[in-house]
Amino acid sequence: MEGFRTLFYKEVLRFWKVGFQTVAAPVLTSLLFLLIFSHVLERHVQVYEGVSYTSFLVPGLVMMSVLQNAFANSSSSLIQSKVTGNIVFVLLPPISYREFFAAYVLASIVRGGVVGLGVLGMTLWFVDLDWRGPLWILGFAVLGGGIMGALGVIAGIWSDKFDQLAAFQNFIIMPLTFLSGVFYSIHSLPPFWQQVSHFNPVFYLIDGFRYGFFGTSDVPPLTSLAVAAGCLAALTLFTLWLLRIGYKLRA
Amino acid sequence: MHPAIRIEGVTKRFGDLLALGGVDLEVAQGEFFGLLGPNGAGKTTLISALAGLVRPDVGRLAVMGHDVVADYRAARRLLGVVPQELVFDPFFSVREALRIQSGYFGIRDNEAWIDEILENLDLVDKAGTNMRQLSGGMKRRVLVAQALVHRPPVIVLDEPTAGVDVELRQALWAFIRRLNRDGHTIVLTTHYLEEAESLCGRIAMLKQGRIVALDTTANLLRRFSGHTLRLRLAPGTEPPESLRARLSGAVGGEQALALDNCEQIESVLADLREAGCRLVDIEIGKPDLEEVFVRVMERG
Repeated sequence: MEGFRTLFYKEVLRFWKVGFQTVAAPVLTSLLFLLIFSHVLERHVQVYEGVSYTSFLVPGLVMMSVLQNAFANSSSSLIQSKVTGNIVFVLLPPISYREFFAAYVLASIVRGGVVGLGVLGMTLWFVDLDWRGPLWILGFAVLGGGIMGALGVIAGIWSDKFDQLAAFQNFIIMPLTFLSGVFYSIHSLPPFWQQVSHFNPVFYLIDGFRYGFFGTSDVPPLTSLAVAAGCLAALTLFTLWLLRIGYKLRA
Repeated sequence: MHPAIRIEGVTKRFGDLLALGGVDLEVAQGEFFGLLGPNGAGKTTLISALAGLVRPDVGRLAVMGHDVVADYRAARRLLGVVPQELVFDPFFSVREALRIQSGYFGIRDNEAWIDEILENLDLVDKAGTNMRQLSGGMKRRVLVAQALVHRPPVIVLDEPTAGVDVELRQALWAFIRRLNRDGHTIVLTTHYLEEAESLCGRIAMLKQGRIVALDTTANLLRRFSGHTLRLRLAPGTEPPESLRARLSGAVGGEQALALDNCEQIESVLADLREAGCRLVDIEIGKPDLEEVFVRVMERG
């Protein structure tokens, strides 16, 4: 247990020590998205009855920050450790593969949470939000951070070089998050793309998270919860299997 | 009493390459053991298998009786490994790195021992320094410190003195010798054969994944390397027929003659005197591990 505790602490300390890059920078990026999109679209788009576009946008941006930063945390930590070779410090001690998984994923959830709170805190200057269901908000944030933290572990283990990780990030994570309804409701899409969106697990995370604020969503929140929990369970099992067989970590 | 290390029939392939071909080895508790071999012989693979970084295709490894796969937690707690590569975590200071490493091994409050290690490795002044700012030699010391944070009874050092200056090398060996005197088992791989000769009580030599020699250092020196008589004869003189076949390597006019024992010197000198050879210089060379190494590798 001490091994897990220390690895978790180390992973949190790692991103906290470079907080300007790992927390402040993504908060600023989200704010820029908010300023630009709300400026352009505020008067033209209304998604939900009685909810301004800027207010609609904020939960999406917060969740996107949670997801992207949770992924970045575990994946960048692992690839850096692998490339520099200091992964041996974690592989030599008596840390089980379950502890390994839990530490990296929990630290990812913390990083995603800290950035998400940062974005939320800053945007509260600009918009008023309803807080219909705080537990839904918290639940989806944790599930989203967990899913992306686990995906980050997979990507970090699979990648041998930084450009492979960048490909994973740019060709899988970014399209999944951008095409998930962060900036729009999928009801505004043509029927075909609406159907496609239903195969994107991130759509359910954003939709469920937004439900926590406005009490309105594109699909029932329990459906989103079930999809998110199912995804996390599947990814957890897959990642634990990779770690147990020592894939690309123990030759 | 369990041996410090037991390796039984360990085979490991990487694709077509046979890295380890059925290695059997036992190292007793308290030994100072040397693992020698040319690059690519399998030394690091064997150490990695012991540390759980590499999984053997066949065979078993145990540290103090604990199987490194089935009982990996106990085995890893008993083993400290100094890796060959100069690796470090750039996010942390020396003390932070040692605290974190202690935590990985389940030790929460380890300050007294960390202070002692820092003192012994002459790192006290650098305790608060970020790892990135340390010189290569300093980083190497921290690697040794990291391997010792959990007070492992078995310590494996994979080429710990590669690229290290003389002063640090001597300080490091003084410290490792002390650990060995205190009862720690030491396993060392090195390319500096004189180090292995002076430190190790027993030596295994690996070639292409197989052990080609395994004995006490003294026995290896006796078996594979005797005394050598180096002679420089006066210009124009030829050695007698009786000695010519035994002489080798005329380097700069110096000829070497292998002796089975020191008593043979007398008869060699008598043969030279009888043949009227005048000696300009004579020197007796002691057996050395380098010669043993070369002979074993040629033979194996």
